Amino acid sequence: MSVAVAERAIDEVAFVPASEAGPAPKRIVVAYGFWIFLLSDIVMFSALFAAYAVLKRATAGGPTGAQLFNQVSVALETAFLLASSYTCGLMSLAIRSRSHVATYWGGAVTFVLGAAFLGLEIREFANMIAQGATPQRSAFLSAFFALVGCHGLHVTGGLIWLIVMMAQVAVMGFRTRVQLRLMCFSLFWHTLDIIWVGIFSVVYLMAVAP
Amino acid sequence: MNLLGKLSWSDIPFDQPIIMGASGMVVLGVLLVLGWVTLKGYWPYLWREWLTSVDHKRIGIMYIVLALLMLVRGFIDAIMMRTQQALAAGGAQGYLPPEHFDQIFSAHGTIMIFFVAMPFVIGLMNFAVPLQLGIRDVAFPTLNSVSLWLTASGILLTNISLAIGEFAKTGWVAYPPLSELEFSPGVGVDYYLWALQISGIGTLMTGINFVTTILKTRAPGMGYTRMPVFCWTALASNLLIVAAFPVLTATFAMLLLDRYLGFHFFSVASGGNPMMYVNLFWVWGHPEVYILVLPAFGVFSEVSATFSGKPLFGYRSMVAATMVICILSYTVWLHHFFTMGASANINAFFGITSMIIAVPTGVKIFNWLFTMYGGRIRFAVPVLWTIGFMVSFIFGGLTGVLLALPPVDWQVHNSLFLVAHFHHVIIPGVLFGVIAGYNYWFPKAFGFRLDEAWGKAAFWCWFIGFHLAFMPLYVVGLMGMTRRMQHYDVLAWRPWLLVAEAGAIVVLAGIVCQITQLVVSFRARAQLRDVTGDPWDGRTLEWSTASPPPAWNYAVLPRVTERDAFWANKKLARAKRAQPARSPEYKPIEMPENSATGFITAFFAVVTGFALIWHIWWMAILGALGAFVTLLVFAFRDRDEFEVPVATLAEFDRSQRGTP
Repeated sequence: MSVAVAERAIDEVAFVPASEAGPAPKRIVVAYGFWIFLLSDIVMFSALFAAYAVLKRATAGGPTGAQLFNQVSVALETAFLLASSYTCGLMSLAIRSRSHVATYWGGAVTFVLGAAFLGLEIREFANMIAQGATPQRSAFLSAFFALVGCHGLHVTGGLIWLIVMMAQVAVMGFRTRVQLRLMCFSLFWHTLDIIWVGIFSVVYLMAVAP
Repeated sequence: MNLLGKLSWSDIPFDQPIIMGASGMVVLGVLLVLGWVTLKGYWPYLWREWLTSVDHKRIGIMYIVLALLMLVRGFIDAIMMRTQQALAAGGAQGYLPPEHFDQIFSAHGTIMIFFVAMPFVIGLMNFAVPLQLGIRDVAFPTLNSVSLWLTASGILLTNISLAIGEFAKTGWVAYPPLSELEFSPGVGVDYYLWALQISGIGTLMTGINFVTTILKTRAPGMGYTRMPVFCWTALASNLLIVAAFPVLTATFAMLLLDRYLGFHFFSVASGGNPMMYVNLFWVWGHPEVYILVLPAFGVFSEVSATFSGKPLFGYRSMVAATMVICILSYTVWLHHFFTMGASANINAFFGITSMIIAVPTGVKIFNWLFTMYGGRIRFAVPVLWTIGFMVSFIFGGLTGVLLALPPVDWQVHNSLFLVAHFHHVIIPGVLFGVIAGYNYWFPKAFGFRLDEAWGKAAFWCWFIGFHLAFMPLYVVGLMGMTRRMQHYDVLAWRPWLLVAEAGAIVVLAGIVCQITQLVVSFRARAQLRDVTGDPWDGRTLEWSTASPPPAWNYAVLPRVTERDAFWANKKLARAKRAQPARSPEYKPIEMPENSATGFITAFFAVVTGFALIWHIWWMAILGALGAFVTLLVFAFRDRDEFEVPVATLAEFDRSQRGTP
């Protein structure tokens, strides 16, 4: 098509601004709504981050972050979670090509990586509690357990959701509704990564900063 | 290990005649209503058409029913407090013991903010926003039903606390360390926290739903600069909900962790910081003020334009003022506690930002005035509430500007001057607004108008009663009376408190007028019938469809070409009268199926909340599992939409036009 023809075609179609185009398609509406939910979730985390920042030095004579945190374990956790986001992306590609097998594989690997992250986090918590660094020990530890634990609960919720979604793919196939939910799941899973990057920086890295 | 946790027979206050009498009346009332519904065989109808409905109009109406019921409850609390303070001067102790009085002022604040103002505002938005946008429902109809029923769960839990156990004695803000387990060992604070957590999730989902609806699903041609102002204010309000409610959820979660698991967020010992609660609470709390008042401003905008027969003056500046308030509302939270002891510079910053908010609000007031100026004003009931609001709210706002000055605030902090101020903005601002909206949209919802005479009587009682009740509180506040006093020794305060009591009785007369208005109008519904769908000569799209609208609102989505779309259409129709109306090209409509998900989830939410309050762990687990399974069932259901055939649409439109 020559340039001249293309220009005429644009002239003929009456220009309608996006804001006047009428209701958006369902895919856009669902994704947009879920984005708004994710933003609200981030706002909730920001309150927990703020509490952590306020209470960070309120150790009440108890252990500090620098004494408690195991950087190797945290690095592994981070690696697992980031890798799980990558495999979650692969799963999205598999869904786009309507491949059941590849979707299950993507889901399974994502699940295993997420569960490994969670396992390491639980081990970290258990070790701290065994040393007497419980959330009841100091305000700093209260804020730490609440912030990191809230993220951990989100990961747990995500894993349950992932199982349900795999069941839905098996039972209901790739119908529109299931696809939209899988899209929301992957948005959710990536958001947990973003929050984890915040936790990694604010909680674990800044604990050892001078 | 007790199977019922902390719950035992001694938790029901049999020795308190006032509480037992009140809860006995409530239980009797509920039983009577349930019995009547059963006797008349209304259950299938109620279940099909209301409880499981996902229609935004039905959901809006149910929100408003909840709000009106709770308005009565909250008002009874109010008049009990006024009566106590009218009596308990000097040697007299009044009729309410301190621990009961404390529960009443806490319940009054909690109920009025969360369970009257919020559901009323959300109910009006539910009813009007999709109609005004020219669409058939909100973006997520089933989620909308879940929101409604979670709000109802919170309301139910709060009212259960009347009979079983106690409510918080901490005031509606529940500041620690008083609200910590150490100083409030009872279940009162737990009732408060769980009721608000559960209803808060509902509110957050409403926010998500409406932001998406308004930004993504408007009718063709409904550009941003053509949206009715009520939709703009609803957008601002819901943006605030999305950005503010999660903070409240997190804050309450921290307090719950303190109370249930011995965490130290807000405790005095082990490094906790009670002032952090106060900061976080008001980071939510100040935007909350605008979540409530902005939609009320939207109602006033619609009412003043419609009943003046003129377009709204300064549409763009009104929208800009709304959005500026939306943003500024996040920059003022510290003015709720200037006495915290922050530095003078910090207090100055928050004092100045608080005063700046008066500027966009002033813009709005002038816009409404200029809308009315030169118009042919019809003094219908909604207009009375609007004018009453403008007259009164300005003074409430001015006392707010006074309080924004930190040195002044230090003098009157936590005095009745403050109580008078915030009632002076929230009653004329929010309550007058939602009652104006209730009178304005009632004919659209039910197909008949509300009685004018009783409506006007209600307005005058409220207007006069409100001023009688609250102006004296400014005076006693300046005389040094602090808020929440069960008893006082300064006899000079008493005459003012007697006047306030008289004001509360006049407001009571206003509420009686409103109930009468409803009954009288229902009986005379044949005479008050609205056959045109446009009883007020309206300007916006909701008046272009039938009253009450069909489930699908519009058989064919309207095409919007101008602001005040319906007004423009009417003008056009008058201009080319000769042209016969063309039958529109109908297409089948997909409508969402009814769903019991909201109702059942909410049932399990009540079970879980109640179990957590009383430490009945097995029941909490069962309740949470029940809610999860309900959601699973919803996720696996086969069909979520049904088709309305063309024949039904055409048939309905014909029946409305009254032509064969």
